[in-house]
Amino acid sequence: MTRTLWDSSVGKKTIMAVSGLIMLGYLVVHMLGNLKIFFGPDEFNHYAHWLRTIGEPFLHYEWALWIIRVVLVAAVVLHAVCAYQLSRRDLRARPTAYVHRKARSSYATRTMRYGGIILALFIVWHILDLTTGTVHTGGFQSGHPYQNVLDTFSTWYGNVIYIVAVIAVGLHVQHGFWSAAQTLGVGSATRDRVLKSLANVLAVVLTAGFVSVPVAVMTGVVS
Amino acid sequence: MKLTLRVWRQQNAEAPGAMATYEVDGISQDMSFLEMLDTLNEELILSGDEPVAFDHDCREGICGACSLVINGDAHGPERTTTCQLHMRSFDDGDTIDIEPWRASAFPVVKDLVVDRSSFDRIIQAGGYISAPTGTAPDAHATPVPKPDADSAFEHAECIGCGACVAACPNGSAMLFTSAKVNHLGVLPQGAPERETRVLDMVATMDDEGFGGCTLTGECATACPKGIPLPSITAMNKEWLRATRKVHR
Ligand code: HEM
Ligand code: SF4
Ligand code: FES
Repeated sequence: MTRTLWDSSVGKKTIMAVSGLIMLGYLVVHMLGNLKIFFGPDEFNHYAHWLRTIGEPFLHYEWALWIIRVVLVAAVVLHAVCAYQLSRRDLRARPTAYVHRKARSSYATRTMRYGGIILALFIVWHILDLTTGTVHTGGFQSGHPYQNVLDTFSTWYGNVIYIVAVIAVGLHVQHGFWSAAQTLGVGSATRDRVLKSLANVLAVVLTAGFVSVPVAVMTGVVS
Repeated sequence: MKLTLRVWRQQNAEAPGAMATYEVDGISQDMSFLEMLDTLNEELILSGDEPVAFDHDCREGICGACSLVINGDAHGPERTTTCQLHMRSFDDGDTIDIEPWRASAFPVVKDLVVDRSSFDRIIQAGGYISAPTGTAPDAHATPVPKPDADSAFEHAECIGCGACVAACPNGSAMLFTSAKVNHLGVLPQGAPERETRVLDMVATMDDEGFGGCTLTGECATACPKGIPLPSITAMNKEWLRATRKVHR
C-alpha cells in the first residue's frame, strides 16, 4: 500500500494533504502560544519552559517536545519532497505555453509553489534564529525567549522576513486547506461553501495572530 | 465580418511550428467556428496553399473530435464545443488566436491536430464493465437508485474531447478520468471492477505523462459538458478506498 501511495500522483498528493494538515494544526497551536507574549516575560518564558516538561513524569524532560519536532520534520520533508516531485511532473506535462496567455485562477492558487519555497526558507531561518540562536542578533539567551523575540523584531530585516513569511502562510493555507479536503475526498458540492469559508477564516486568523507579535514589538506595545 | 486569424501551423510532429496570420472576409455571424475555418481553407486551397489541418467529425457537439484553443480558451469563449461555437460570439474586425491543445500527452500531429490516443489507453485500462453477451437483459432487471442514475448520466456526458487537459496549467487528465471512473463506479453494473478500475485508470493516466491536480479548477471551467470539479474529489475518495481495499 505504501508503494501505491508513493508511486501515484494521487497518492503523493494525499501525502501532501496529510503532512500539510499536520503542519497546519501545529501552526494554529503555535500561533495561540505566541499570543502569550502579551502577558509579559514571566508568563511567556514560563510557557516556553512548560513546553519542555509536557508529559512529565511519564515522559522525560523535553521528550514530548522532541516527539513533536520529529513529527514536524517528517511532515516538512515529506511535504517538500512530494511538492518538488509533483511540480516536476506538472511542468513536464505542459512543456509548451499558449501564445495567447490568460490570467487564471486565484492568486493563492497560483502562488502555492513560490509560497512553499518562501516557507521552506523561512522555516530554516526561523529555527536558526529563535530555536538554536545560530543567526540571532542581539545575543541569544537560551531559556529567555521573550528577550530573543524582542531582539529579532527590533531589526528591520527580522520584521520583513517574518511578515512576508506569515503572509505566505496565509495564502498557502487559504488554497491548501480547501485543496487538502478535495485530495482526501471529503469535499463535495454541498460542503464547498463551508470548506472555503473555513479556509478563509483559518488563513485570516493565522496571519493576524502571527503578525500581531512583530507589530506589537514595533509599536512598543510589547517591550 | 472581416477577421484576422493567427493560426498555429506545424508541418508534422517533428517540425517546429509558428503562428501564421491570415485575413478572412465575408464571414457570417451564423457560421460555426469550424465553417469559418472551412472558408479560410477554401481560400488557401484556391491560392495554392496548404489548408489548415483541424479535427472535427459530428459537428453537433457529441463526438468530442473537435478541439482548438481560441484566444487562450479551450473551445473558445462559450461553454460549448468548437463545432457549436458560432461567429456571433466575435466582433467584426477581431483578431483571433487559434492554437492546438497543449500537453505532452497530446503531441501535435499537424497544425491544430493533436494525438489524443493517450485517452484511449486510459479507457482501455478500466473504462468498461463485465457484461454477459447474448440477449438483451430486461430493462429494469437491475434496479439503480435515482440519484446514482443521475450521477452516472451526468458523468457519462463526457465526450473525451480533452479540453480539460488543454485548459489545465499542469496538463492533467484528472477531470476526464474522474468522469469515466464515476460514471461506471456508481452503477451496480460497474461494481465488479470498482477497485481495479480507479487504480488502473489513474496509474495509466500517470504513465501517459499527464500532470497532477492542483485544483485550479480550469478544467471544469473549460469542460463543454459541465463535468464539475467535485468529480475529482469523488475520484480521489474512490482511489483512497480502493487503495485500502486492494492489497497488492
Ligand atoms: C516546506 C515548505 C513548503 C512547501 C515547499 C510547500 C509546497 C506546497 C505545494 C507545491 C503544494 C501543492 C500546491 C497545489 O496543489 O497547487 C502544497 C499544498 C499544501 N500545503 Fe504546502 N508547502 C510548504 C509548507 C507548508 C506548511 C507550513 C503548511 C501548513 C500550513 C502547508 C500546508 C499545505 C496544505 C494543507 C496543502 C494542500 C495539500 C493538497 O492539496 O492536498 N504547506 N504545498
Ligand atoms: S471532462 Fe469535459 S473537457 Fe474533459 S474530456 Fe470530458 S467532456 Fe472534454
Ligand atoms: S465535432 Fe463532434 S463534438 Fe465537435
